[in-house]
Amino acid sequence: MSPILVLDDVSVKLPAGGDRSHAMEKVSLALAANEILCVVGESGSGKSMTANAIMRLLPGGVTIDGGRILFEGRDLCGLGEAEMRKVRGAGIAMIFQEPMTALNPLRSIGDQIGEMFELHTELSAAEIKARTLALLEEVRIPDPALAFKAYPHELSGGQRQRAMIAMALALDPKVLIADEPTTALDVTTQAQILKLIRDLQRRKGTAVLFITHDFGVVAEIADRVAVMSKGHVVEQGATQAVLGNPQHAYTRQLIAAVPPLKAPPPRALSSEPIMTIAHVSKTYRTGGFLGRGQRVTHAVKDVSLVLPKGATLGIVGESGSGKSTLARCLVRLIDPESGEIRLNGIDLAKLSREEMRSATRDIQMVFQDPFASLNPRRKAGEAVAQGLIVHGMARPEALARAKELFGLVGLDPASTERYPHEFSGGQRQRIGLARALALEPAVLVADEPVSALDVSVQAQVLKLLAELRERLGLSIVFITHDLRVAAQVCDLVAVMKSGEVVESGPIGAVFGEPQHAYTQALLASIPGREFGKGQRLAEEATA
Amino acid sequence: MRVLSLAGRRLAASIPTLILILIGVFLLLQLAPGDTVDAMMAQMGGGDATTARQLREFYGLDLSVWAQLGNYLWRLVRLDLGFSAIYGKPVATVIAERLPATILLMTASLSFAFFFGLILGVVAARGVNKWPDTLISTFGLMFYAMPTFWFGLMAIVVFSIYLQWLPAGGFEDITVSYTGLRRTLDIAQHLVLPTLTLGLFYMAIYLRIMRGSMLEVLNLDFVRTARSKGMDETRVVVRHVLRNALLPMVTLIGLQAGTMLGGSVVVESVFSLPGLGRLAYESVIQRDLNTLLGIVFVSALLVIAVNFIVDLLYARLDPRITTGS
Repeated sequence: MSPILVLDDVSVKLPAGGDRSHAMEKVSLALAANEILCVVGESGSGKSMTANAIMRLLPGGVTIDGGRILFEGRDLCGLGEAEMRKVRGAGIAMIFQEPMTALNPLRSIGDQIGEMFELHTELSAAEIKARTLALLEEVRIPDPALAFKAYPHELSGGQRQRAMIAMALALDPKVLIADEPTTALDVTTQAQILKLIRDLQRRKGTAVLFITHDFGVVAEIADRVAVMSKGHVVEQGATQAVLGNPQHAYTRQLIAAVPPLKAPPPRALSSEPIMTIAHVSKTYRTGGFLGRGQRVTHAVKDVSLVLPKGATLGIVGESGSGKSTLARCLVRLIDPESGEIRLNGIDLAKLSREEMRSATRDIQMVFQDPFASLNPRRKAGEAVAQGLIVHGMARPEALARAKELFGLVGLDPASTERYPHEFSGGQRQRIGLARALALEPAVLVADEPVSALDVSVQAQVLKLLAELRERLGLSIVFITHDLRVAAQVCDLVAVMKSGEVVESGPIGAVFGEPQHAYTQALLASIPGREFGKGQRLAEEATA
Repeated sequence: MRVLSLAGRRLAASIPTLILILIGVFLLLQLAPGDTVDAMMAQMGGGDATTARQLREFYGLDLSVWAQLGNYLWRLVRLDLGFSAIYGKPVATVIAERLPATILLMTASLSFAFFFGLILGVVAARGVNKWPDTLISTFGLMFYAMPTFWFGLMAIVVFSIYLQWLPAGGFEDITVSYTGLRRTLDIAQHLVLPTLTLGLFYMAIYLRIMRGSMLEVLNLDFVRTARSKGMDETRVVVRHVLRNALLPMVTLIGLQAGTMLGGSVVVESVFSLPGLGRLAYESVIQRDLNTLLGIVFVSALLVIAVNFIVDLLYARLDPRITTGS
């Protein structure tokens, strides 16, 4: 079959003064009808730029400076702006990563989907409405009539992405570009959306260019794969071939960094608990006047867990399951309503603010977003030393200690003088770790510490965390939504849903033979479950 | 309905503020030397101590400060603003005579500032860093930096004295009594310069806010979505960007209603308009406490009313407000 979309030696030039001159260099790809081509790569690899270049929606100062983009035989680079607008939406449609921000918050869903028809067809208002409703039906949104009138904030993340897909497929485009369409979604929702895209694509024979950073998703959905690195396509081929037998060193490295879902053999755990959590609850109340019409959310409901000394306890769950609230309760950033949190025999939940401040020496937290959690106006070394200074260490001493800690987490001690924005994402998360470790805590509470990182960086940070655990005898509470990561770092795991722990135990047992229906559903939703096997093959091949 | 209850709650919350303002102004004026009677005596060309004492007794000024305050608040509860000794009329009447000019001036200036601020902001944002943007931003800065009174005086010099296009002051031509449409036109002619003087300053602020928020919204994801649908730039701006970019500006209007009343004092003085601002100024000079408190009360009500409308407008513009989540 002849390809419908061809990128022939396409180069995209970045404005002068960036870290590289081209976002894409001599990228050649071909996409045939009725196939899904996954473009996979880490952040900054130029994969999203590829999508933008095809749509000719490049940010200011960024230009295509070589090659041809052929769509149905026509070179898109040579089209006038008016001609190009006819291709966008009707010929090539696009769906985006974050359905909340990709939809206009002030206009209803039906209105925004209908706009597609308004722009490209001469249909009457009634006809447009009927077609829009049919589309919403097709993407299986519950209650299409209601969704038609709804505003984006009134729908869930999955429903919003369904609406987005309905919009993109409104005019039966030949090509659909999906830019990380499931990255912002929970794993069970992601599985549904992937299935929906696959189904619709099969039925309509659309060619899909699917951009992702997740090899699991690639294994789940792709017919063919193109791996991008620093603006170049380093390898492309059939999914089986690339994932099973990667040729390029970079592909191998990327695949090796994906944590396998199967847990490593269990470690011997101490029988002595360092922290016990008993019957902890936290409820949020919103709205209402004097108790009337109030909405009550049980963010954490009667949670009891034990963390043995030197162990890592994973808390997994989807967004809204209460795992982050629980983490914040443990360090008393949020006060739990009831229950006790015993750390070395002391009940943290009963301590006064003053007493808690000195108890924070023993329990520290690492946050998800390594950029947002560091003050941009303070030097990295100061951020690390601050805790020590607060707890009574002299400033010069504390700064010297910060240098040591930088060494400990694998950063250059001289870089304490730099500001957070001068570090990369992985380095910033190392600073976050150094800051948490400065007070030599017994327990580290890590809230999604690697979720914002690229897969290869993530592997490095996880390795560092494991090393530190051994060297410093740390016990870790590890909060994550990523079951693959949990499988690799945790000894014990607790699965949370709607504020409750539905299942807990040793990771091998819970992931190997899940008892609760929700755990089973969660595990079944992981994209590319079989991918772990292929990976081991790859490792053997490289060995 | 939720919007109304939300706005209603805001309204209720402003009542304590209103009372605090009134008490504050009352006490502040007690600190100023002299009272109404002193001012009246000065106007009459002096008088003896007995007359002064009798007058003070008549107006209740011989009571303690707290008793006077109590009296005032009690009258206010019965919606009685008191009697102005200086004007010899009830305060409510005095204010009612002056209110139309101020409201007209404020509405006109606000509409002018909003409309042109919006248009110029959009034009500047669409040609960002090109000549329209530079030109608009430079003029904006000029109007922003220029003191209102100076601008008013210069406008009188140019348009009224040299060119003789527009009247230099007043609310209407008092030498001839027009009626109907002719009168409306006459008032409009008198209000052109004051409106420009007061409005240009606010226009400068609004256009900067609009330009900034347009640029911000133009970078949002849903604008990219709109473009990826194959929509042209004008349509993108009108249908997706404008309403989102308006939100900060609408908020600002609510916040600035009070400032605008303050600004009208200067403008009304420069153009000798019989408005609330000038009345306030005269009341301070003449220690006419009742009138002044009445003006404070009415101005506060005006600001609260504007904010109420802005709340409703905001909820109309942004559907996320109505669900309260």
